[in-house]
Amino acid sequence: MTTTIPIGLTVDGRHHDLDVDPRTTLLDALRERLGNTSPKKGCDHGQCGACTVLVDGRRVLSCLTLAVAKDAAEVTTADGLAPDGALHPVAEAFLAHDAYQCGFCTPGQVCSAVGVLDEAAHGAPSAVTDDLTGPTVLDRAEIAERMSGNLCRCAAYTNIVSAVAEVAGDAARRGSTVEGADR
Amino acid sequence: MRPFTYARPDDAEAAVATVGADPGAVFLAGGTNLLDHLKLGVATPSSVVDLGRVTSTAITELDDGGDGDGDGDGDGAARSSTTRSGLRIGAGALNSDVAAHPLVRRRYPALAQALLAGASGQLRNMATTGGNLLQRTRCVYFADTTTPCTKRDLTQPCSAREGWTRYHAILGASEHCLATHPSDMAVALVALDATVQVLGADGTRTLPVAELHRLPGDDPTHDTVLRHGELITAVDLPASPIAARSAYRKVRDRASYAFALVSVAAALGVREGTVADVRIALGGVAPKPWRATRAEDALRGAPATDESYRAAARAELADADPVESPLGGNRFKLDLVVGALTDTLRRLTEEQHS
Repeated sequence: MTTTIPIGLTVDGRHHDLDVDPRTTLLDALRERLGNTSPKKGCDHGQCGACTVLVDGRRVLSCLTLAVAKDAAEVTTADGLAPDGALHPVAEAFLAHDAYQCGFCTPGQVCSAVGVLDEAAHGAPSAVTDDLTGPTVLDRAEIAERMSGNLCRCAAYTNIVSAVAEVAGDAARRGSTVEGADR
Repeated sequence: MRPFTYARPDDAEAAVATVGADPGAVFLAGGTNLLDHLKLGVATPSSVVDLGRVTSTAITELDDGGDGDGDGDGDGAARSSTTRSGLRIGAGALNSDVAAHPLVRRRYPALAQALLAGASGQLRNMATTGGNLLQRTRCVYFADTTTPCTKRDLTQPCSAREGWTRYHAILGASEHCLATHPSDMAVALVALDATVQVLGADGTRTLPVAELHRLPGDDPTHDTVLRHGELITAVDLPASPIAARSAYRKVRDRASYAFALVSVAAALGVREGTVADVRIALGGVAPKPWRATRAEDALRGAPATDESYRAAARAELADADPVESPLGGNRFKLDLVVGALTDTLRRLTEEQHS
């Protein structure tokens, strides 16, 4: 027998109070309790990235997150990146670059890309960054590495990298240094 | 998932007391490993104690009086001035935050590189320093409750021995378990002489990360020497002149988002063509992050050449026991260790000449 626990979640700008079984993942809470089906259940084991959402501004896997542990958190899904149907620049770039085929992984890809851009803006290095103390520049190799947690079974990877590269644009070329790594 | 109770205590003492009072209780940190195991049935805790409000996420300088003199290799005052104090990393600090921290990137590049080589961007935003150390093996037989596994259940045989051993150990294993420890971060911490701060019911204790994990012997069910209810509260990195000249090299089946076949964390100080000081740890080859003391001993005072580096790697592998299995075995790791270690040390040597 399990008792439920009351939590509050702000999802895409709207506050929700709900009682959850402690076993409920954030992904299931979003999809099954709040009806937000933009995060997808791909593998449900943290391997595919289709469930990626932003929690308090950072990209995470909602399938490996207990909803009860995120009481009071602010969650942004791909749905919330398109308020009133106005697409986020990343989503626009996915359209422009044909960065998907079936589209199942796309909401997770878009949330992840938004996270990548923010991380780069804060000067975060990656596994392919040669100089750890140098500027962060989002070239194609950097984007591919930083997006490696999002699988695409249609293999639209080349166009996904192009889409992210376009949005990275000036922000990425401007770069930042280790001095700017404030978190 | 089996039902469990959930608690989110406000401080570490309460968390330790809560877990300590229930033999079936577990700590929850980032959850990246535990949630997977809850779903797979590998973990069936009676209660989950969330550390979200408990462990520090701070990364702070330690005034530990490290000598910071440098090793006389002419590297320059600016660089050695950055190595005068150690660093304390709160157990709750996220892998991504530790990797991006300016002091980690400057003073302990092997640690930043190891963290960045692990998992994916999303997982690094969730996984904590303490949780990374305590993650469990990715042995496929351990994760699959339909195959026998001694690490899950002492009464069962090991399925890996006659199975698929590409990711399994060549050093330190036993007849009961061939599983490797999957952490990249821990390999760098072992090479950098890091210690963990542990809080238990009887107070705090400190132990080297190199002594945190245990070899399987005849009881593979316990990965570490921690007692039930003991909590890692911080990881301390000592001041180290050569840590700024460290690197992490990971060899894997994919370019990204894959566990190590073999990995190397090394720090090297070269003076006048001779190895003055060296630290080496290996990943992907043993049930624990493997401090390569034999290789280190072989290298101190030796010429800083590929020949020395290869000989040191072979010395470390003297007792290696690769598995010959019907599914390919893992003898290939012997050459991989020699190549990866030699390459890592060569690059560190070249950096000191440039």
